[in-house]
Amino acid sequence: MATEILMPALSPTMEEGTLAKWLVKEGDTVSSGDILAEIETDKATMEFEAVDEGVVGKLLIAEGTEGVKVNTPIAVLLDEGESADDIASATSAAAALSSAAPVEKAATEAAEAPAPAAPKAPEVDLSPDWPEGTPMKAQTVREALRDAMAEEMRADDRVYLMGEEVAEYQGAYKVSQGLLDEFGAKRVIDTPITEHGFAGIAVGAAFGGLKPIVEFMTFNFAMQAIDQIINSAAKTRYMSGGQMDSPMVFRGPNGAAARVGAQHSQDYAAWYMQIPGLKVVMPYSAADAKGLLKSAIRDPNPVIFLENELLYGHSFDVPVLEDFTIPLGKAKIWREGKDVTIVSFGTSMQFALEAAEKLAEDGIDAEVIDLRTLRPMDTDSIIRSVMKTNRCVTVEEGWPQGSVGSYISSVLMQQAFDYLDAPVINCTGKDVPMPYAANLEKLALVTTDEVIEAVKQVTYR
Amino acid sequence: MATRKSSAKPNVSAEELLSFYREMLLIRRFEEKAGQLYGMGLIGGFCHLYIGQEAVVVGLEAAAEEGDKRVTSYRDHGHMLACGMDPKGVMAELTGRESGYSKGKGGSMHMFSKEKHFYGGHGIVGAQVPIGAGLAFSDKYKGNDRVTFVYFGDGAANQGQVAETYNMAQLWDLPVVFVIENNQYAMGTSVQRATKSPDFWERGAAYGIAGEMVDGMDVLAVKEAGEKAVAHCRAGKGPYILEVKTYRYRGHSMSDPAKYRTREEVQKMREERDAIEHVRQLLLTGGHASEDDLKSIDKEIKDVVNAAADFAKESPEPALSELWTDIYA
Repeated sequence: MATEILMPALSPTMEEGTLAKWLVKEGDTVSSGDILAEIETDKATMEFEAVDEGVVGKLLIAEGTEGVKVNTPIAVLLDEGESADDIASATSAAAALSSAAPVEKAATEAAEAPAPAAPKAPEVDLSPDWPEGTPMKAQTVREALRDAMAEEMRADDRVYLMGEEVAEYQGAYKVSQGLLDEFGAKRVIDTPITEHGFAGIAVGAAFGGLKPIVEFMTFNFAMQAIDQIINSAAKTRYMSGGQMDSPMVFRGPNGAAARVGAQHSQDYAAWYMQIPGLKVVMPYSAADAKGLLKSAIRDPNPVIFLENELLYGHSFDVPVLEDFTIPLGKAKIWREGKDVTIVSFGTSMQFALEAAEKLAEDGIDAEVIDLRTLRPMDTDSIIRSVMKTNRCVTVEEGWPQGSVGSYISSVLMQQAFDYLDAPVINCTGKDVPMPYAANLEKLALVTTDEVIEAVKQVTYR
Repeated sequence: MATRKSSAKPNVSAEELLSFYREMLLIRRFEEKAGQLYGMGLIGGFCHLYIGQEAVVVGLEAAAEEGDKRVTSYRDHGHMLACGMDPKGVMAELTGRESGYSKGKGGSMHMFSKEKHFYGGHGIVGAQVPIGAGLAFSDKYKGNDRVTFVYFGDGAANQGQVAETYNMAQLWDLPVVFVIENNQYAMGTSVQRATKSPDFWERGAAYGIAGEMVDGMDVLAVKEAGEKAVAHCRAGKGPYILEVKTYRYRGHSMSDPAKYRTREEVQKMREERDAIEHVRQLLLTGGHASEDDLKSIDKEIKDVVNAAADFAKESPEPALSELWTDIYA
């Protein structure tokens, strides 16, 4: 049966083109791969090859014709033994197929309509992180993180740690102290200074069934590796239709330390929080650092675990429990209050808590929420609180444009608009690269005084 | 070192030659069909065809054993067919349908099969190289003797993460075969316009990695080199580099005007060095198959490809609810 040759689409966007030149004539025998014609698209002139073999029976479109629509028959190919007379019966396999393709598009169904302002308070899990009466011990964040890794490495031999200086040096910030002695060089691995490469190797190891913990000496250096984190670790499960997993943790100090300048002082919370496929954790206390890191290591998804150098040496009470975890995605109310909700996470919690104490002296009763996990974010806990206080201030170290706080503001506007008595204020780092000079650095960071000032504004005091 | 070629009278069975012929032809016919469906608008976006390079993956798969892993770039259809993935599932992914390997969510560049140990299908040039070393790392960690094949092109060979990976793979003796499919053009840039040191396999020497250059239009030479590389890795001697000189007949992707090379250059390769024609001649002159035998194989392959195309057209698009699934485990 004769076959129609159709005007091809030669780029993702081509709808029509010019049939610039025929390179075959009627009567020619062609086989697959032979060049039939030159076709001009909006971008370039392309050669058009034959797929089927046969004899060119008729050229339907003359060369030089412009505006030939994609899928228009441009020639007829005859099978062995057919003559040009058979052309009338030519069927276009292609045309039949195109119409068989499902065309139903209902994109609107897929998009979720924004929820109206919430009429009632969301259900929130208010269970305590550990049972009442649990014995506690003072521990630094550094020790808590190490204990979390050691416990999980004891429990699961697929878990291993890799990064710069994690083994023999005992960690650039001593977080992995003692791990090499206990677990050996097979599971505590010093890497060369090649973040892009070792992050990719860890992703491959996770695809292969291991559970890597990748330590970045700081998250500033993870920018070298961010393609592997986002394009490989975060997206592969979706791109594989659920076949592949990347059960791994990327951890290390994030944000400003002290006087280390612009390239070593940046908060990546808002960056990673945007990525579907990633979970993002940013703990403040030692108990949260331990309980959340253990959960992160067990989680079957890639988790970004943002620590802070200045917090490593801070001591907090940590529960003495055989196996203590905190679920990802659950905020913690550090202080209950009725006049204003202060939402923060990570090191900025210090300013939020200090501000709340000082505000109490002025008779302002602030509720302080530590998000702990930024993705998935426990927005229900924020909404529930704001429905009580009607005012909200967010506090973070990162820059203002596209900040975590601006996302929280938009959630509150959409889901708790009727409950807000004042605009939400985002306290953030200043919109500048981090300066080195001590006085300027101090000015660039968010402060307790700024939080107090913001609370006074939203409470109209 | 000279480029590895097969000997004039290769020691190869009729059965093996026939399977090479069959597998290479399947890839070529599949790709031609994919090109046709693209032209009809049934396949969208990017679509990179493997036509011309078939001997590379078919030769190396002949050197692989059960449990060995493979990972490649976005020019991945041939690799999937060669490791035994179902042409129907691959074609249905190309048309973005629910019965595709990624349920229609990946497309041409993003397909995977745990069953066949095929780990993608990666769209970022060079990103699969450390991932492949990581797969090898996982096997070494588990203490088995499996080997990973990492395929990448002459373009990716210039990426920084490839150099980083060479260093770590050799440092940690990872069982990985780095296969540089040098088809001589990184999109539209010829090797000569991209590097002053065009013998990519020689870069391994800087890291202490053994390697060699192979004639990639000769499936027997590729298999022989692959066996040597695999034996090296399985013996715990660390990685091995194979630079396989090959040629892509079609454009970089479907929307490539191919103005960077002459029509004569392409035609000369097709006529004088075609890998399928090479095996075809070996079969005929060796008396292993008649023209009729080969014709019936051609027909059989055509039927497989047509069935895959029909399946890919008839399969429904993914349910709209699929938008929200497979993001988190």
